[in-house]
Amino acid sequence: MLLKDVVCPYCACLCDDLDVTVEGNRVTGVDNACDLGAHKFQAGNRLPGPVRPTEKGWDRVSREEAIGFTVDMLLSADRPLIYGWSTTSVEAQSLGIHIAEEIGGVVDATTSVCHGPSILAIQEVGHPGCTLGQVKNRADVVIYWGCNPIEAHPRHLSRYTMYSDGFFLENAFKERTLIVADIRPTESANVADEFVHLKRGGDYAVLSALRAIVRGKTGSIPSHVAGVSRAQLLRIGEVCKNAKYGAFFFGMGLTQTVGKYKNIRNAIELVDELNRHTKWTLTPMRGHFNVYGFNEVCTWVTGYPYAVDFSRGMAFYNPGETTAVDILARKECDACLVVASDPAAHFPRAAVEHLAEIPVVQIDPVVNATTAFCDLQIPVAVTGIDAEGTAYRMDGVPIRAKKILDLGYPADSEILREVYQQIRDRKKVREVKPV
Amino acid sequence: MTELLLRNACVIDPLNRVNGDVMDIAIRDGWIVESVGNGAEVIDARGFLTLPGGIDSHTHICGTKVNFGRYMMPEDMRAGRTIRKGVMHATSGYSVPTTYGNSYRYSAMGYTSILEGAMAPLEARHTHEEFSATPLQDTMANTLFDGNWPVMEAVKEKDVKRAAAIVAWTLAAVKGFAVKLTNPGGTEAWGWGKNVTCIRDPVPHFEVTPAEIIETLIRANELLRLPHSVHLHCNNLGAPGNYQCTIGTFDLVPDLNKERQSLYATHVQFHAYGGTSWKDINSKAEPVAYSVNRKPQIVIDMGQMMFGKTTTMTADGPMEWNLYRLHHNKWSNHDVELETTSGIIPVYYSKKSLVNCVMWAIGLELALLVKDPWQCLLATDNPNGAPFVRYPEIIGLLMSKRYRDEEFRTIHPDTGKRVILDTLDRELGWHDIAVMTRAGQAKALGIAKIGKGHLGVGAEADIAVYPIRIRDTDPSRDYAAVVSAFQRTAWTIKRGRVVCRDGDVVVEGTNRTIWANSRVPEAFDMGRDPEFVKKFDRYYTVRMANYPVQDAYIPRSGCIESEAVL
Ligand code: SF4
Ligand SMILES: [Zn+2]
Repeated sequence: MLLKDVVCPYCACLCDDLDVTVEGNRVTGVDNACDLGAHKFQAGNRLPGPVRPTEKGWDRVSREEAIGFTVDMLLSADRPLIYGWSTTSVEAQSLGIHIAEEIGGVVDATTSVCHGPSILAIQEVGHPGCTLGQVKNRADVVIYWGCNPIEAHPRHLSRYTMYSDGFFLENAFKERTLIVADIRPTESANVADEFVHLKRGGDYAVLSALRAIVRGKTGSIPSHVAGVSRAQLLRIGEVCKNAKYGAFFFGMGLTQTVGKYKNIRNAIELVDELNRHTKWTLTPMRGHFNVYGFNEVCTWVTGYPYAVDFSRGMAFYNPGETTAVDILARKECDACLVVASDPAAHFPRAAVEHLAEIPVVQIDPVVNATTAFCDLQIPVAVTGIDAEGTAYRMDGVPIRAKKILDLGYPADSEILREVYQQIRDRKKVREVKPV
Repeated sequence: MTELLLRNACVIDPLNRVNGDVMDIAIRDGWIVESVGNGAEVIDARGFLTLPGGIDSHTHICGTKVNFGRYMMPEDMRAGRTIRKGVMHATSGYSVPTTYGNSYRYSAMGYTSILEGAMAPLEARHTHEEFSATPLQDTMANTLFDGNWPVMEAVKEKDVKRAAAIVAWTLAAVKGFAVKLTNPGGTEAWGWGKNVTCIRDPVPHFEVTPAEIIETLIRANELLRLPHSVHLHCNNLGAPGNYQCTIGTFDLVPDLNKERQSLYATHVQFHAYGGTSWKDINSKAEPVAYSVNRKPQIVIDMGQMMFGKTTTMTADGPMEWNLYRLHHNKWSNHDVELETTSGIIPVYYSKKSLVNCVMWAIGLELALLVKDPWQCLLATDNPNGAPFVRYPEIIGLLMSKRYRDEEFRTIHPDTGKRVILDTLDRELGWHDIAVMTRAGQAKALGIAKIGKGHLGVGAEADIAVYPIRIRDTDPSRDYAAVVSAFQRTAWTIKRGRVVCRDGDVVVEGTNRTIWANSRVPEAFDMGRDPEFVKKFDRYYTVRMANYPVQDAYIPRSGCIESEAVL
């Protein structure tokens, strides 16, 4: 059976135009996707059911026992952490946030180790953004800064920028100018009209130089800024000012290098400055397909995009204090529920070491690095393959990911709903008749 | 079957011509009925003022830009925190509360239905997700068509029916309630960093004018027999001298519907400025109100501004950019392909700012100068003029000349030279307020016929009981008591259940979404129109099949059906 317009649950390009062939409850063909997306549809490696590690290997446990264990662990913890969320649905994320609220725990997402700095910058100066179709239809100048879309978001160029014809650009490839800024020549740099090859840690200085140029203060620019020549900077400044519509994309090469959120703030202020001349927008290249969804739902439920601590009953947000890595590294956390992510593969050592010390339950379809640290893993359906649910594209457009297979696994939202319900039952949360 | 009897209620129910009678209200399974049995639960309202549940016909509470306001402003989130308690979730936020914060605070004020003022169709799913987390009100979404490419193409071809067909397809696809135009044409121009100044400026590339967009959509709206009229945020918001643009826009409006207005003009305070610059800005509430008084086909809301901190957020992206260059605070913008845009900046309205004082006066002047309260509804364009929790103060100001005078003495001393507020003696009565906060909204939105905004038999049992006895209260003198009564109901009843008691929410609730589905003849089904489909595929970045909001997002659907006449 050929399914049209399937949504890819891999990266935050969230391509929704895939043709997927399903035969006998198995994906036999994926068209339109890039290799990363196609591979996800065909990946195996699923655990058959909930397991607990023992000395000799793994013991299967029933779903009821698994949920009971999770509830006990969360209710008996003093400082529980609920973490992950980038590869599941908004529906599951919302439940996770409410579980944290109910038990007075901390809820955080992979955001705190990827685009957390972008959010901090946005909270200082705002965010001039747009949906990706605005770029596709209008942008004649596109900048990728500290990101390599050809490898990390392979269809970004063909769907939204370089190779995508739009309403006001009939031959996008010819009419667009592509600028790539990075510390090494990436594949994306190879296809750029201008490659800004900057020295490691030089992003802030180069962005500052561009801001000065756009403001007309060219006299103060030295012959080289972080390895970039004055001539190139002046040239780029002109291209940016003369754009009809410019789009600035940036990735973890800018958020996680020296300067962190200050870099993003500088980039946003450059875009603000450019808006005094022409139209410019800026978009973070969010990674996993629904990492942005977590930020959205966490914001409408708690007021904050990530790193929320409910230990005092209200929502409290202080990244650096209430972020997962910090709570683990300070050895505060005494139980951790991991959903739809792999912290053991990405966290700094001190945080991972503490994970090994405390009870951990992981809700995830596949065996990953965190599995080795788990006291229990509950395998669930993969959102976008055997479970449906909402995901937010990197630009904030929400799309419903589809269920195209039924492999008998529960969605993580089902497991989390049961956990939430049992916690509420145990805490006797109920409506009262007013007098 | 559940039955409830609300006894000794002092009822003002303008749609049923009830004005202050003490009576009992019988409720069965969420609806108002003639009578209930002896087993019914009884609430003694003790002669308290009892009104249909409040309805906000223009507020920003859910969706992409609202959430971005929260996202970019942790300082605002910290300014309004409550803890998890009973059935209540933790809440955050003062000017842009979290969804539960909105829902609980509106409920405490007796509001049971609210309309989100601006939803971009492409991002409708987001609005509906937040609606689902707004459990104590029925919600509706104004759907943005101001920069809609297919609509502008139809306008250019002078094809009203095609414009209507596009609107019908879109509303049904995104479960929208009404047609919203925010700075029509200007939001498309903003795609190039430009704007239109008034209704006769052409939109770049599309070569249509705002006037043509407005006129075409007013006619299209009526062809579709939609419950609400076109809902317009006029061009040139917030600019000195813009009142002429506003009046020019009102002059475009034909009278096409006997049951309600043909145009709802929102937050008119922001559109009633005289002068040529910030230096000589003054009130033009008088000519604007005069225009409304002569045109029964127009209903406005005040867009009242109140002093203090808040956040401005609107689909009017270019206006927010201008505001940003004035205030130099933080600025967010979000353009939506083929449809619209939006912008957000935080603001502080100060009594020391003459401009702000003039704005404050204009909103009140409009409400006092428009003769018929059914034509001027109470709203702040929450949170643009002020957060909705300030409504009770506005009620107090409208009911008490003394309160206005006292406030007037505390504001910028030159204000009196720019406004006429201090010369207006009118004091609105309880009935006027009931019209301006629920009955008028129900009529203007076209939802009285589904049982909203009144308390007659057959109405939905959405009721607010305020802890005040109107016979013992002189609002002119006791305005503080009036303000406090409207801040917190004794009981808010939603769908026949007490949901909020003395400010505490007591049930979890479930949201219902009211949306409009106008059935068009097959020839006008845009889902099968080759030109529409082709352009959709080519220029949107979401596939047409994935664009409509799935039923899963509407846990409780209140669809208002109509038959289009095309
Ligand atoms: S670009 Fe991203 S979303 Fe698109 S197909 Fe590849 S992995 Fe999937
Ligand atoms: Zn508004």
